[in-house]
Amino acid sequence: MAKIDLSQYETSGYFDEMIGKDGQVKSHYKLFKDRIDKIGLKKLNDLQYSTDRAQLSLGMTFNVYNDTQGVERILHLDIIPRIISSDDWDIIDRGLTQRITALNLFLDDIYNEQKILNDKIVPKELVLSSSTFLKQCIGLKPPKNVWCHISGTDLIRGDDGQFFVLEDNLRCPSGVSYMLENREILKRTFPEIFEKLDVRPVYGYALQLREMLESLVKVYPVSIAVLTPGIYNSAYFEHSYLAQQIGAELVEGQDLYVKDDFVYMITTKGLQRIDVIYRRVDDDFIDPLVFNKNSLLGTPGLFSAYKKGNVVLVNAPGTGVADDKAVYAYVPKIIKYYLNEDPIIQNVKTYICAEKQDLKYVIENIGKLVVKKTDASGGYGMLIGTKSTKATQQEFILKIKKDPRNYIAQPTINLSRVPTLSDCKIEGRHVDLRPYILYGREVKIIPGALTRVALKKNSLVVNSSQGGGSKDTWVLRKNN
Amino acid sequence: MLSRVANAIYWMNRYIERAENYARFFDVNFNLSLELPPNVSNQWKPLVVTTGDWKLYEKYNKNIEKEAVIYFMGFDPNNPNSIYNCIFNARENARSIRPEITKEIWAQVNNLYLLVKEGFKKKLWEMKDPRAYFTQVKEGCQMLYGIFDATLSRNDGWHFSKIGRMIERADKTSRVLDVKYHILLPKPEAVGSPIDLIQWSALLKSASAYDMYLKKYGKLTTMEISNFLILDTFFPRSILHCLIQAEESINIISANLDRNLNEVQKQLGMLRSQLAYTNIEDIISSGLHEFLDNFQLKLNNVSVAIFETFFSIEKIKSQSESSFKFI
Repeated sequence: MAKIDLSQYETSGYFDEMIGKDGQVKSHYKLFKDRIDKIGLKKLNDLQYSTDRAQLSLGMTFNVYNDTQGVERILHLDIIPRIISSDDWDIIDRGLTQRITALNLFLDDIYNEQKILNDKIVPKELVLSSSTFLKQCIGLKPPKNVWCHISGTDLIRGDDGQFFVLEDNLRCPSGVSYMLENREILKRTFPEIFEKLDVRPVYGYALQLREMLESLVKVYPVSIAVLTPGIYNSAYFEHSYLAQQIGAELVEGQDLYVKDDFVYMITTKGLQRIDVIYRRVDDDFIDPLVFNKNSLLGTPGLFSAYKKGNVVLVNAPGTGVADDKAVYAYVPKIIKYYLNEDPIIQNVKTYICAEKQDLKYVIENIGKLVVKKTDASGGYGMLIGTKSTKATQQEFILKIKKDPRNYIAQPTINLSRVPTLSDCKIEGRHVDLRPYILYGREVKIIPGALTRVALKKNSLVVNSSQGGGSKDTWVLRKNN
Repeated sequence: MLSRVANAIYWMNRYIERAENYARFFDVNFNLSLELPPNVSNQWKPLVVTTGDWKLYEKYNKNIEKEAVIYFMGFDPNNPNSIYNCIFNARENARSIRPEITKEIWAQVNNLYLLVKEGFKKKLWEMKDPRAYFTQVKEGCQMLYGIFDATLSRNDGWHFSKIGRMIERADKTSRVLDVKYHILLPKPEAVGSPIDLIQWSALLKSASAYDMYLKKYGKLTTMEISNFLILDTFFPRSILHCLIQAEESINIISANLDRNLNEVQKQLGMLRSQLAYTNIEDIISSGLHEFLDNFQLKLNNVSVAIFETFFSIEKIKSQSESSFKFI
């Protein structure tokens, strides 16, 4: 069998996860490379094909908004894994634990005493003007003072391999079902390697999620529901998958009924009380009496029941303010303020358009920056300076000037790359990394992640809604 | 179980049963058209009439011909009951209740969906002999029943599935009998006269009843065929058998709800008794068509009652204001 030849594989200019600058396979990828050499490129492509079929048959689809080409798509899973050494993982684990602990303290503070604002560490105006800061949550004390129970932080690696936090996602981000299902599929694709390589398992996620949800109330047995906007939501597959995995009811707003500040499900046998709701409906839509009046997705009275302590909402409403992209710039200071520690994982340099100096810099250098809306996600509403026309840049400058509070900019970072199958060849593609964090009694990072990959050559946009795919992420137990 | 979920699992099963029936009808009709003498008018119109969608067919088609019928019943997006739409709707229902069903069920619904999508893309209705394809659809549905049976706990979800399947099946058997009988034997006096063997065996095959019928009776007579399809208590597609099965599940679901019988129990119980306490001679002498017509009306009332008793969220909410139970 002919070995897979990577001598033509391009690594210059980027940090590659598998191949070093010297063209050698990095040590934590060696066993994997040996294995695919035995398999051969042709068989590898066959395995990729069976994977596509497996995803279709499992209905692992997501819906794309504004897409006329049929609403359902598969999130392409590239079978070459992203492997993370245990040393690298150790940094991620400690860094994220630190960051989430600090952000949770921040949330508890700004909705109560506002010490950090009064001490002028974070500008008061910036926080209070965020569209995701919810006045209705002022004075709220969620159980165990935990606000962001479920989160997923986007990490990237720059040219030198150093990890950075690109975005915090504290509003129940999606993708964890792909982390779990991708692993199931790859275990069938490369059974021998799993045995030899000592990959840390991820299957414990669902059990830990259940345990975390149960830890928030004192009753037993706990009645848990996953609240979804419904089958047309882009992440519906995940909502149903998680509900099934943790033995919860999957409910829509119309299935719930609030009476005397208690929340019930409408069942064929009557009304059944709910204790904990893992909600995948945005803050704005959960209760038309308190938030968006036109919401059809929500349940009237839900927020009031929550404030009375008769039901727990996971995550708490109002967490979005801590992943506002302008607040993001202050996270290093937030960590220092609450924990008196230096951040273990750095931020990407961020220019806040609300600040005069930064605004000037952004306008002058827009061609080499990435501009983002502070309250948007999913790769929507952003500009990549190096890949845009002068006309679009001007358009963005106008938008920024009109509403500077809502924009930030960051230097373009050449995301690291992982070898990826493309048209029967192996080529480098840019990736990011989204590990998942649970916070109940304590912060827990699951040893695995969703690696999102930009499938288009040279593209830096990894979002699934914008042509991105995924890779299984293997965290190794010890250094191989 | 959530009312919305119960509704979805019930309909998912009705759609699958409907698709399976249609796929079988195609196969039987195709075989029939091969054996009929050339001067006999074609059998495609009665097939559409059986489905109850003749008016809709006429709206979109001028002529009655094989290709148009296969398209209409198999794939037409304008026909809410086409196999394509049935499978699509079954899958949408399955999607909305994914945590209630097993991975195996979900994967099989998906495979069926991919199969009908492929059929649509390949324009199966233009094929000379699409029997192999519809056999695949039929077997795909049957496999799904098997997976339901082998992997699902006998909880309310399973019972609502069974009720959906049984009600749909009773409806289809009654329709196929009604249409064929109408053509074959318009007057009760004709009972006992020499019969068209090909047509009568096709009727039995349409209900997957041919083998079991022969096993029991050994020869074809109109009285016995009608008896077998309506009143046989052992044959799984006879109307009475379907009602008994559905009633059994309704009673299990309704247990402990209330001492009084609910509306579904009353209506279904009465309908089942009406069949159980009659005999085929009486049915035929007072008119089979009238009997079946009346039956379909009552069956429809049963399904309305199922909706209002178990699925209607508004109804359940309004009850809860006064007397509804909190569990």
